[in-house]
Amino acid sequence: MTDSKYFTTNKKGEIFELKAELNNEKKEKRKEAVKKVIAAMTVGKDVSSLFPDVVNCMQTDNLELKKLVYLYLMNYAKSHPLCTDCEDPNPLIRALAVRTMGCIRVDKITEYLCEPLRKCLKDEDPYVRKTAAVCVAKLHDINAQMVEDQGFLDSLRDLIADSNPMVVANAVAALSEISESHPNSNLLDLNPQNINKLLTALNECTEWGQIFILDCLSNYNPKDEREAQSICERVTPRLSHANSAVVLSAVKVLMKFLELLPKDSDYYITLLKKLSPPLVTLLSGEPEVQYVALRNINLIVQKRPEILKQEIKVFFVKYNDPIYVKLEKLDIMIRLASQANIAQVLAELKEYATEVDVDFVRKAVRAIGRCAIKVEQSAERCVSTLLDLIQTKVNYVVQEAIVVIRDIFRKYPNKYESIIATLCENLDSLDEPDARAAMIWIVGEYAERIDNADELLESFLEGFHDESTQVQLTLLTAIVKLFLKKPSETQELVQQVLSLATQDSDNPDLRDRGYIYWRLLSTDPVTAKEVVLSEKPLISEETDLIEPTLLDELICHIGSLASVYHKPPNAFVEGSHGIHRKHLPIQHGSSGPAAPVDQPQVIPSQGDLLGDLLNLDLGPPVNVPQVCSMQMGAVDLLGGGLDSLVSDPIIIMHPTLCGWKNIIYVLLSNSWSGPGLISVDFLLLLAVLNFCVLQVWLPAAKAKGLEISGTFSRRQGHMYMDMSFTNKALQHMTDFAIQFNKNSFGMIPTTPLAVHTPLMPNQSIDISLPLNTIGPVMKMDPLNNLQVAVKNNIDVFYFSCLIPLSIFFVEDGKMERQVFLATWKDIPNENELQYQIKECHLNADTVSGKLQNNNIYTIAKRNVEGQDMLYQSLKLTNGIWILAELRIQPGNPNYTVKNTLNEKVCPNLWPVLYNIIWMQLWMYYS
Amino acid sequence: MIHSLFLVNSSGDIFLEKHWKSVVSRSVCDYFFEAQERASEPENVPPVIPTPHHYLISVLRHRIYFVAVIQSEVPPLFVIEFLHRVVDTFQDYFGLCTEAAIKDNVVVVYELLEEMLDNGFPLATESNILKELIKPPTILRTVVNTITGSTNVGEQLPTGQLSVVPWRRTGVKYTNNEAYFDVVEEIDAIIDKSGSTITAEIQGVIDACVKLTGMPDLTLSFMNPRLLDDVSFHPCVRFKRWEAERILSFIPPDGNFRLLSYHVSSQNLVAIPVYVKHNITFREGSSQGRFELTLGPKQTMGKAVESVLVSSQLPRGVLNANLNASQGTYTFDPVTKLLTWDVGKINPQKLPSLKGSMSLQAGASKPDENPTIIIQFKIQQMAISGLKVNRLDMYGEKYKPFKGIKYMTKAGKFQVRT
Repeated sequence: MTDSKYFTTNKKGEIFELKAELNNEKKEKRKEAVKKVIAAMTVGKDVSSLFPDVVNCMQTDNLELKKLVYLYLMNYAKSHPLCTDCEDPNPLIRALAVRTMGCIRVDKITEYLCEPLRKCLKDEDPYVRKTAAVCVAKLHDINAQMVEDQGFLDSLRDLIADSNPMVVANAVAALSEISESHPNSNLLDLNPQNINKLLTALNECTEWGQIFILDCLSNYNPKDEREAQSICERVTPRLSHANSAVVLSAVKVLMKFLELLPKDSDYYITLLKKLSPPLVTLLSGEPEVQYVALRNINLIVQKRPEILKQEIKVFFVKYNDPIYVKLEKLDIMIRLASQANIAQVLAELKEYATEVDVDFVRKAVRAIGRCAIKVEQSAERCVSTLLDLIQTKVNYVVQEAIVVIRDIFRKYPNKYESIIATLCENLDSLDEPDARAAMIWIVGEYAERIDNADELLESFLEGFHDESTQVQLTLLTAIVKLFLKKPSETQELVQQVLSLATQDSDNPDLRDRGYIYWRLLSTDPVTAKEVVLSEKPLISEETDLIEPTLLDELICHIGSLASVYHKPPNAFVEGSHGIHRKHLPIQHGSSGPAAPVDQPQVIPSQGDLLGDLLNLDLGPPVNVPQVCSMQMGAVDLLGGGLDSLVSDPIIIMHPTLCGWKNIIYVLLSNSWSGPGLISVDFLLLLAVLNFCVLQVWLPAAKAKGLEISGTFSRRQGHMYMDMSFTNKALQHMTDFAIQFNKNSFGMIPTTPLAVHTPLMPNQSIDISLPLNTIGPVMKMDPLNNLQVAVKNNIDVFYFSCLIPLSIFFVEDGKMERQVFLATWKDIPNENELQYQIKECHLNADTVSGKLQNNNIYTIAKRNVEGQDMLYQSLKLTNGIWILAELRIQPGNPNYTVKNTLNEKVCPNLWPVLYNIIWMQLWMYYS
Repeated sequence: MIHSLFLVNSSGDIFLEKHWKSVVSRSVCDYFFEAQERASEPENVPPVIPTPHHYLISVLRHRIYFVAVIQSEVPPLFVIEFLHRVVDTFQDYFGLCTEAAIKDNVVVVYELLEEMLDNGFPLATESNILKELIKPPTILRTVVNTITGSTNVGEQLPTGQLSVVPWRRTGVKYTNNEAYFDVVEEIDAIIDKSGSTITAEIQGVIDACVKLTGMPDLTLSFMNPRLLDDVSFHPCVRFKRWEAERILSFIPPDGNFRLLSYHVSSQNLVAIPVYVKHNITFREGSSQGRFELTLGPKQTMGKAVESVLVSSQLPRGVLNANLNASQGTYTFDPVTKLLTWDVGKINPQKLPSLKGSMSLQAGASKPDENPTIIIQFKIQQMAISGLKVNRLDMYGEKYKPFKGIKYMTKAGKFQVRT
């Protein structure tokens, strides 16, 4: 008894003494104390109760002391109170310990925590397991590799099958968080058993747990409609949850699985009905909840308009809604507008247009225009509403109204032109480019009905260079239209605008468009009229719809940030490499192939429209006649024929015009749509024109009477610049000389310009100037641009022209078969470009022959599955090889162009190839 | 999950920050301040703001912005709901959720936030559990704590966290066992110029205050449950039973909670209890405008319309209003142009009116905008939808509780266009 008493007191005394020394004020004493502690440790004495005091000593800049403390820590980390607490009989203390553990962000320490954590993950008490699940996510954040090595991910996966719903929910949450930063996003292995577990847990866990589980369920793909339906049945009660996040996650699951249900089943229809009330309820929440809900409803309405079509009134804007809610509501109102509710919608929109907030008012006015276009029956009412709004004279309202009225004109031509007079009254108040462009378009389009159209347009012309590009382009087109309609009075005006556009502007779009008009007008006004004033296709009803595949992907992300931004998550979430794109499930099973989803027709933005039309409408409107047998030598025919044509520069073939009329139409007449045009499209057009016409390179007006038109050609391995000089001045011209600026291909004239006799007034002379490519090289933009100076006795004149690339195709462009194969493989994919040529009714041999005439050689020909594959090569004067694969299906040749070395050549190449084939067709045609 | 939380006051100062993972520099809030500057009104700050590395999700409650910082794809509604829960908890603990109240109780606030989220995952958000962990501050407790040196952190860990009914703590004891239910309906409506209803809907809630001993199991049935086709329940309600029998069956949380909220939108069920006659005109070229407003009751089933408050944002051009109120008092703030009229109770025999003139800036043109009139009112002892509780029964406990049901109708977003 006494012995033991003595022993304990003695021990207590020692520890007590050490404790006091460790807390001593003097640094030296503390160091001594730590040394004593370590000494005690080494002889096996338990000094773990000193843990807090020793750790206290760590706060020192004395390296020796620090090291000693670390020594101690290493030894006792395992018996750290946290670790011992993990074995406490009270589950709540175990849980608290494991919770705190994950917050220690020190690598060395965390290693010691693995063992206790592993125990806690298998703890008998669910509360501890649930807390441990989150701890795994914390550790993963600190040291992902360690978590994986220790097999904690597997333990988490096991927890999904846990008997306690809270544990399941937390395991799911932890796994979802880990999978975001994990390269293998398929951490959650979803199988029917797991799904069943999740669904059971769903009913019993907390609201937050329900969100995690529902989000996880939405990633599952049920194997058939029965499974989908049974999941839906068990998820539907969640729609009545008070927590809006639970509701929206449930909506996501249901929207996704709806895809799998047969559309005619009763269940499908009931489910659709059940979706509407919870969505409406979300809108009675706080404004922030409303905002997120509205962004999601915007998607849902596009995917399944039937769900909310009866509920338009809940989207009516309240006076004190925050602006971000107002704007979203407006968007959805338009999407839901239909003949049934248009009267109410219009009355609302008109009300909104008198509100204070400028952004909101603008959007409301725009919405009226969209209603007019969407619901034909309402157009008249919309127009009169817009007119009322214009009468208010509120500046931004008027401007917005004019922009939408232009669209209404496009949609319903020849119906509402009576209001033009009212519009014209507001001309002076327009100061925004959109509104100015819209007004100019209207004036140009209806020039024949506006008496003073020329004055109006002229007034815009005064400040031409201060206008935005959009306005400049529209003004150019409008004046050309005006000229074609009233040629007699507006000649001066059109010349003025053409010279402003071509000579004084730095903008290539504007310049190119100016040149095209100029050429069209100067060569054949009849065709010009046909092209510029042709019928316009009607504009689409629905704008700014989300593209269907993106919409489907976003439906899979309802409730997430992606759904708020209407962008796929990989587009903006940082470090989300683990996120795989999600797809809506596809209905499969006995009902046969997936039923096509009846999507409203989607009209792409203007830019895409252009691209599409260029591809789609390149064919002549009538059937291409059978190719006649005299195809060979057609190019030579042209080449040789050129000389005779030179003296009489006109467009060679009229019938062809209708073939590409659509392109020109899109490019020119559609110009009101703004600056969406890119130079490349014009290049293409120019390339087409290059081949069929002698272009006017230098108009007489610019060169004191000297007019130069010309083209390029390649004959017998030599390049020529075929020009026609016409003297339109009253005096004779002599002393001609020509010089090229440095250009991309180093092209220079081989011989001086040979004009020996003076050029008399009204006389023309044809010159064929041989060229070679040994001159200085400088990269031009566009690549095939050539700047030329011509001198005569009067002055020096400058012009620039585009060289058709095909004249650079050399005769020895036929690659060896073996070399070809090897090179083809070596070309990186990113150098590959693919084009389609439509409506070309030539067979492989014909095409091959035609191309060969232009130095594009067929290396090999194969027949794969009924398609002819031509492998071709060509070489440019500067040694660049271009390899191509041409796939010919009946009526639909597919051109894949692979390009070596210099990928920048390629975009220009296509028009050339295209030219060659078309050239031939046109020749037979005419 | 949720990384950090910043509390920002209306003048744009961060007065509290809490991080659940690593510390995110408060400079991330600069993006929020930018958005705040752009917004014309405090409530117009968009709730989701992207920054280069984070997303800021904010709610505005009691003129405090609660800005949560998240880094990965997290459902925004999850964050918003959580933030609202934080606000509700503060309000529950401190009586009101203001900057001053939060600053006074900053320690409790920190303790609460620490308990509510673990590493960004919600941990304990039920007020019952939280109150066991951290006792709400009361004057008495503060005094006791200062004297005895004890804290308001619960000594015991909450038992509710382990139960299958996490919303209810065990071992509840009361001497008076009582259960009160308030059926409160708010009418949201837009009335147009001519007095016809454009939209009208009812947002109803049943709030409960249940102080019952032990583990009572309650059932609540309605006379006309068909009205409730769009409902959201407290997690305690057994959904299957509702689906099958239209009866609310639940083990209630202890204390105050929202049992159910519902939404009645079909318009023929929504009665509009007041009407407004108005004549607000400005003449072109005159610097005077006419203002006339008369209120009257309709469809109130004989109940009085009380606590009526009319407010309207007059056009910017209005300099002053010189009006005469037949009852109550009116104020006009010449800076914000906000006209408020505290009417009180509507007497159907003598309808309240507010008449007079408005003066405009001399030479200014006639204002374009038409002011919207916002009306608030209360009607006691009536649920405008006609919802009526049939009976409330208690099972599982032996004692007889005291039960009470109260009905009330209020104006929600009730707007009259002129």
